[in-house]
Order: sequence, then structure tokens, then C-alpha cells
Amino acid sequence: MANDKDFFICRCEEVTLREIEEVIDEGYHTIDDVKRITRAGMGLCQGRSCGKVIARIISQKTGKPLEEVLQTGYRFPVRTEKLKALEEEGPSDAENN
Amino acid sequence: MEEREVVVIGAGPAGLSAALEAARSGAHVLLVDENSKPGGQLFKQIHKFFGSRDHRAGVRGIDIGTQLLEEADALRIEVWLDAEVCGIFNQRDVWIVRNKEKSVNVRAQRIIIATGAVENSVNFPGWSLPGVMGAGAAQTMINLHRVLPGYKVLMVGSGNVGVIVSYQLLQAGADVKAIVEAAPRLGGYGVHTAKVRRAGVPFHTSHTVLEARGTDHVESATIVQIDDKWQPIPGTEKVLDVDTICIAAGLTPLVELAFAAGCEPLYSPLLGGMVPWHDASMCTSIPSIYIAGDISGVEEASTAMEEGRMAGLSAAHSLGYVAEHDYEVGFKAAEQRMLALRSGLFGQKRRDAKAAIMAQTRG
Repeated sequence: MANDKDFFICRCEEVTLREIEEVIDEGYHTIDDVKRITRAGMGLCQGRSCGKVIARIISQKTGKPLEEVLQTGYRFPVRTEKLKALEEEGPSDAENN
Repeated sequence: MEEREVVVIGAGPAGLSAALEAARSGAHVLLVDENSKPGGQLFKQIHKFFGSRDHRAGVRGIDIGTQLLEEADALRIEVWLDAEVCGIFNQRDVWIVRNKEKSVNVRAQRIIIATGAVENSVNFPGWSLPGVMGAGAAQTMINLHRVLPGYKVLMVGSGNVGVIVSYQLLQAGADVKAIVEAAPRLGGYGVHTAKVRRAGVPFHTSHTVLEARGTDHVESATIVQIDDKWQPIPGTEKVLDVDTICIAAGLTPLVELAFAAGCEPLYSPLLGGMVPWHDASMCTSIPSIYIAGDISGVEEASTAMEEGRMAGLSAAHSLGYVAEHDYEVGFKAAEQRMLALRSGLFGQKRRDAKAAIMAQTRG
């Protein structure tokens, strides 16, 4: 039981440690890759709970420094909102940076 | 589009202090918070704070919170609650969703991000059973909502959060069965640790939680000793009769807003991971964006308040509200107070980590 890998790492999208390790073995070595293949980090909490854990797993399995794995992109909106909240007045059309 | 001189994001200890300082200096401030009450974590801190009188030592967090809110009222600071900031565009346009219903864009001349931090999770078989929760969540339940999350608790982590929440769980009527600490040494301040020890709670260093068992909630936890490579030592497992497992394994700065806005990141493991680069005035690599509190590196409420004052003063100064001489005096005083907070065995490490951030050149 203690070596069982079938427990969730991403609770929102119900992605297990086994699934995450499998895609890393397949060659997906960034947080973004793992997210796109497994949906880990795409749920309600938007990776605020599992992101760091997934980074650590990638780092341990690939030998990439944690600092490098943690360099990931962030996009707006940083909170989950209903589409109706965007109807009134969306974000300005301005480009970022 | 609405316009404000200074928009402060997050009304916890850092954000409130920043808003007060900027408003006192004469700037027009809008303070926004996603919660329906301001104060952040202050209102669940029922213990007395450390530090000197300058840092309101000996005063309980809840009383500091009340005091800060009264000051904000007196200064007529505009506060939006149930307001989630979803983005920052053009380095100054703040996209806010109010009451989960309506988007409002506010053009700010200066933005102070004080979003705080999130609790780290620890994953093990059974961790998603009801009864496993962050220590901070348990603290919110007992101190804010007056609900006991369980009767028999295992605390994972012996840092300040672990020992303080353990003590408050005891006060609330729970039985804390054990505190496990993965490191070979305990992590919390002596005063807090000693209180829990005197109450008879056993501490297990070099131990971690292996699994939780139960059908629809936690019914037991297995702990195990770990070696110097953090690997479990077979045969050292112990099963504890608990219904609650609290995780106090540190915090991670809530940086997504700052990084998506384009602030330069920096890695500081001691301060919780990736943090926005900032200078001593709390200004990020984007001149219109300041940060304060746990987002700039996880520390304590007392340092968060000092950083908030520094950010508020500096933002107001950059808008021309503070005379040069007054700014120099205020800046030096804030620096001195922070230095005092970052002294001693624990403080020195944070002081060095902060110095390392500021020593980096702007990205």
C-alpha cells in the first residue's frame, strides 16, 4: 500500500502520481507539457496546490534543477471566473509587457 | 475606465499596511481583496506577536487587524471586497472581477501586489480523504468559524505554523496525538514548541507520514522514520489512531499575478520558491509595480507589515507625495525595523536570502 502510486497529485482533475510519472517517462519534462497531456493543474485551483509538487517530481525524475522546472509561464485570468463576468467590460485590448 | 493613484491588491497585513502608508502620505488609494472580509490571516492569529514594541510585539494578531481596519476607516480608504484581480495589463491596468459578476478595469499609476502565499501540500496514499487539511485551514476553522475539524490530530511539520496551530487545536479541545518533522531537528521557535511539549504532545523528528487510511474519512495514519536521504526505514512504521491530519509543510508565494504581469522572477528556496525580484523599496522590475509580504518571500506577519509600509511609502514618494528628506528618514526607519525583525538564528537566514534577492541586478 505504501508504494502504491495510484493516489492523486492533482486533486481537482484527479491525476495520479503514476500518470504523471508515465508522461515524464514518455518525455514530457516541463510543467506545461505535463499539464497539457494530463490536465494536471487545469482545475479549480489552477495548479496552486499541485504545481510545485509536479515540478519536484519532474526535477527528481529528469535531474533538471528545480529552479529550472519552476520557470513556467503564467496567463490571465489568474482566477476562475464565469463567462458572464467578462461580458460587462473585458480586459483592455492592450498588449501585455 | 476607472482611475486611481494607487491600487493595493490584498488586504492582509502587508496590503493594509501599504494602503495606510500610501494614504497617509496623501495618495488616493483603492484596496481590493477577494474575501468578503479584510484582514487576511491576521484575524486567525490569536497568539501574541514577537519583536519589539515598534512591531506591536505582545499584541495578538486579531487586535492588530482590528486596529489597522480602524485606521483605514479613519483615513477613508476605499475598499472593494469580494473583488478578484484577474490580471494586470500594460503594467498599470488592473482587471478586477467584482462579486464574481462584473469586470471593472482600473487604471492605476502604482500597483502594490500583496497576495500572500498558499500552503504547500504533501501527497501520500490517502491524502485526499476528508480529514487531511492544511494547518492554516484547520486554524481558520477553529479560530474564525469556531468549528473543530476533528478530535484526534496528527500534525505534519514542526515549524511555527505546526506548533502554533497544534497549541490552538489543544485549546479548542482537540487531542494532538503527535507532531512529525521530516528534518532531524524541530523547526519552530522555542517558546511555541515548549508550550506544546509541556502539554504532553510527542514530537517525532526524522519522521514523515506514509499513508492515511479510512473509508470515507481519515481513521488512522501511518508514520515512519526516514534516513538521511529522506527514505522510509522499513520496520519503523507506527499506526496512529487519528481522524485529522494537518499539513504544515511551508508556504509558496502567490506570484502568478506578478509574473503574468511581466515581473522578473528569482529563485529563493529559503523564502518559498520563485519570487518577483525587488529592491529595498519593494519595487519590482516593473517601475509601476511594488510587492509586499509573503509574495516577496515567505516570512511573518510582522515583516509583512513592515514591507507593506515600505512599499506604500515608496509608491507615494514616486508619485511626488513625500518630500525627499521625509522619504529618506522613513525609508531608513523601515529598513532598521526590518533588520531588527530579521535578527537571531531564524531571522539571519531570511535576512541573507532577502539581501541575495536585492543584490541581483534587475532583469
